[in-house]
Amino acid sequence: MNKILIIMPAYNEAESIRGVISAVNKELPHVDILVINDGSRDATSHIAKGLGATVIDLPYNMGIGAAMQTGYRYAANMGYDIAVQVDADGQHPPDQIKYLIDPAMEKRADMIIGSRFLGSGEYQPSLARNLGIKVFAAVVSMITGHRLTDTTSGFRAAGKETIRFFAQSYPEDYPEVEVLVLLHKAGFNIMEVPVNMEPRVGGKSSITPLQAIYYMIKVLLAVFIDMLKRVKR
Amino acid sequence: MQSIQIFAIIFSIGVFVSIVDLIRRGMLKEQYAILWLISAIVLLVLSVWRRLLDKIASSLDVAYSPSFLFLVAFVFLLLIVLHFSVIISDISEKNKKLSQEIAMLKTSLEEIRKSEKQ
Repeated sequence: MNKILIIMPAYNEAESIRGVISAVNKELPHVDILVINDGSRDATSHIAKGLGATVIDLPYNMGIGAAMQTGYRYAANMGYDIAVQVDADGQHPPDQIKYLIDPAMEKRADMIIGSRFLGSGEYQPSLARNLGIKVFAAVVSMITGHRLTDTTSGFRAAGKETIRFFAQSYPEDYPEVEVLVLLHKAGFNIMEVPVNMEPRVGGKSSITPLQAIYYMIKVLLAVFIDMLKRVKR
Repeated sequence: MQSIQIFAIIFSIGVFVSIVDLIRRGMLKEQYAILWLISAIVLLVLSVWRRLLDKIASSLDVAYSPSFLFLVAFVFLLLIVLHFSVIISDISEKNKKLSQEIAMLKTSLEEIRKSEKQ
């Protein structure tokens, strides 16, 4: 029997987290949920605890990379076999988690990424965002030699070896994209599976096209630096 | 002796004495003081030993040799600042780890307390 952990980083997600945790509990009653409260000032932590999730309250807002790594360190310490990253904002429908867990249990890859662009997703990103997504996909596919379509997807599952690797080192700035390059350098296998995603429930992502391009350049720079890094497995 | 030379000698002695004093009073750790001490000593040697300074300066085509002292000081400052950046990166990585460990400890402590109550 595989021990499975859902890692859910949350920063001020009181509006949406109740629905997400309840839905995961209903959909997958046998998995544990770990909420990493990244210094929220609202009731996020309180709500999650009330629903029976394990909550780690970070002492200050440490950013997504450090928060996610905390989850992986917990997973490694507690001996979990599979860890699934799920956003607390409701973007990742709990009924899709099984599509990530199944290939992880069959050990078909070390990291399984839920992609919005494989299969029948009706996700329509804005023009600037779409350009960024295409560029990242092309660059990361070229570096890793895997055909990847959704490198910014935070909906992913990691196997035991990968959990241990992340517990040791996890990028801080743009972890979704950077991690793929680091995993490849450390010799891990990456695969994508088609999933559906919802538009986010609470909060909003409001970036202008100019900000999107700036973001793209920063991520690409981080990726090129990662290519120069020495990676220990 | 030119007045610039006197100024350079007094300045480098001043830097050296201040650093030794800071170490003595425990306000500066030795590991962070080494680069400072080396730069003060090099500057002092070059200020006192005018002929060495002239020789190096002319071999680098520096017309006015005291200005070579500024170059030396600048290079040392660059090294010191770079050294600090490395130290800051190391400290922030350790700070991240500490925060993560504390947060995980708090969670397991709460769990132990809860199970004791039951």
